[in-house]
Amino acid sequence: MNVKTPSRLEKVLAAGLLAVTSECGPPRGSDPEVIIKKADLIKDYVDAVNITDNQTSVTRLCSLAACIRLKLMGLDPVLQMVTRDRNRIALQSDILGAASFDINNILCLSGDHQSFGDCSNGQNVHDIDSMQLVQTVRHMRDQGKFLGGDDIERPPKMFVGAAANPFADPFEIRVPRLAKKIAAGTEFIQTQCIYNLDKFEEWMKRVRERGLHEKVYILAGMTPMKSAGMARYMKNRVPGMDVPDELIKRLAGVPKEKQAEEGIDICVESIERLKEVEGVRGFHIMAIEWEEKVPEIVKRTGLFPRPEIAD
Amino acid sequence: MIVADKKPIEEIIEEIKDYTTILILGCNECVTVCEAGGKKEVGILASALRMYFLNQGKDVTIDERTLERQCDHEYLEEIRDVADQYDAIVSLACGVGVQFTAEEYHTVPVIPGVNTCFLGATEARGLWTERCQACGECILARTGGICPVSRCAKRILNGPCGGSSNGKCEINKELDCAWQLIIDRLDALGKLDDYETISPIKDWSTDRAGGPRKVVREDVQL
Amino acid sequence: MRLKYPSSIKIVRIPCTGKVDILHILRAFEMGADGVYAVGCMEGDCHYDSGNFRARKRVEQARKILDTIGIGGERVQMYNLSAGEGPLFAKYAVEMHEKILKLGPNPLKLAKKKAA
Repeated sequence: MNVKTPSRLEKVLAAGLLAVTSECGPPRGSDPEVIIKKADLIKDYVDAVNITDNQTSVTRLCSLAACIRLKLMGLDPVLQMVTRDRNRIALQSDILGAASFDINNILCLSGDHQSFGDCSNGQNVHDIDSMQLVQTVRHMRDQGKFLGGDDIERPPKMFVGAAANPFADPFEIRVPRLAKKIAAGTEFIQTQCIYNLDKFEEWMKRVRERGLHEKVYILAGMTPMKSAGMARYMKNRVPGMDVPDELIKRLAGVPKEKQAEEGIDICVESIERLKEVEGVRGFHIMAIEWEEKVPEIVKRTGLFPRPEIAD
Repeated sequence: MIVADKKPIEEIIEEIKDYTTILILGCNECVTVCEAGGKKEVGILASALRMYFLNQGKDVTIDERTLERQCDHEYLEEIRDVADQYDAIVSLACGVGVQFTAEEYHTVPVIPGVNTCFLGATEARGLWTERCQACGECILARTGGICPVSRCAKRILNGPCGGSSNGKCEINKELDCAWQLIIDRLDALGKLDDYETISPIKDWSTDRAGGPRKVVREDVQL
Repeated sequence: MRLKYPSSIKIVRIPCTGKVDILHILRAFEMGADGVYAVGCMEGDCHYDSGNFRARKRVEQARKILDTIGIGGERVQMYNLSAGEGPLFAKYAVEMHEKILKLGPNPLKLAKKKAA
């Protein structure tokens, strides 16, 4: 088993097992119970848990503090970090802060534009971009150096991830873009929510054609739909989302009170189908404000129990 | 060119309401082209202000003048004889012109009459769009001649981000995704392979981050 | 056709309403006009393609400015008619004349008197 960090997620993936990750959004307040409760719901069903970083640019409790909570609970957190709000000083500093608590996974993102959030009049930073953040973490870890060139005492040991959206435009560069992220040093990928399975499989085919599936662990992003309304909203309002009409039709075809159940069924069926796709190394289940459904999805797809991994 | 937009007349009135002799000073350069601060706009503003103060029963003198440039000592000298006759100057030049006028005439209040917006081009009559942020280290040779610093809402150097949809930016469906444009152009140039070269972390010390900038050219200095 | 229209109206002839500038309208008010209206060709029939559309935009802008400075934007108006519509020309003249009578004189005249 060739692993470079103490990350549990990395070990599961390196062992050739299908990994399961999920995510929690921190609260809009300082009550730690919110995080603890969400984490308790899912901790036995996942290998690692992402904590979002002021997602949709709405100000929340910080990702780092929430990751520390999870770590103290014995979970393996994935620190999401966006380049929107911090310059290279703050990014490196937060990476060291996370490393001091032995947070061993990071997901490097650019972040939604601040115009979507509660501080739309704010400045954005974007000193570096998500790909350069990947390079930065790898540089800090592998060279043991700051961007400025000085040595880091006790460098961070982080398993470095990035996002990929197989559905964003232009489609023809989605695979070259993944290649670029891998060249930057990305070790695992969590994809955008997958609803258009055909298109995802086409993307995976092109990923395999370039052999990229052997260079990076790809976790397929899954978000169960709660209702036909949510599906329509995702289709029409969320940038870079590909929701086929048949899926909306299927959800709308069952009575309102059964739509959530149908959404879970669709999610379970999708995971079953994607398990068979060569190069899919796990699933990132983002049950948005619906964390209690993660155990059911994991159990029904035969991904439970999660493997025991020695520290 | 520098693109500016007119300030609302109400805002200008609020700034000058206590003065009695005012010069409206236009500029023949960029602000003339973007129809915000040239001779014509000076005339319109001056006329409107004269009527406003007269209607208010105030005896205010509003004069008009438009210089070749306000960002050049040489042209600003043209009002040397008259500048101190005014209680205030409303400059319709860009922020550069306003400041240069203020530096030149230290004891006369200079009030901006336009909002200076960006470095851009006239895309169509009445439509100006941004093209440059004067970052001080041009990377256009590597990005198909399209600038991600000024045209990507996140100034991403290795784009596009996941918010690019049908060639448009996530922040506005009217706005072109700069990275879609870059990719289309690289494709047209037969250089799509260049896309996979990672853009290194940028040195922003030549940008405003490095503090007020200057260009010194000893070869042309007298 | 010897059509009558109010003698208060002073006609300024221009080759095309596209020549009308905001400044012309504002200066007319500065010089004491009680109202200004532009009469252009029918929309779509401009010999220069878009002169009357330009005029309409400028009339609108002049309106906004006159509203802002307290003179009253309703004193400016754009009309369109074709060259053969003499009676309509007279009708618009009467309409404008009556409108201005209702609005009263240009407030600047009163202000000038006070100042004097």
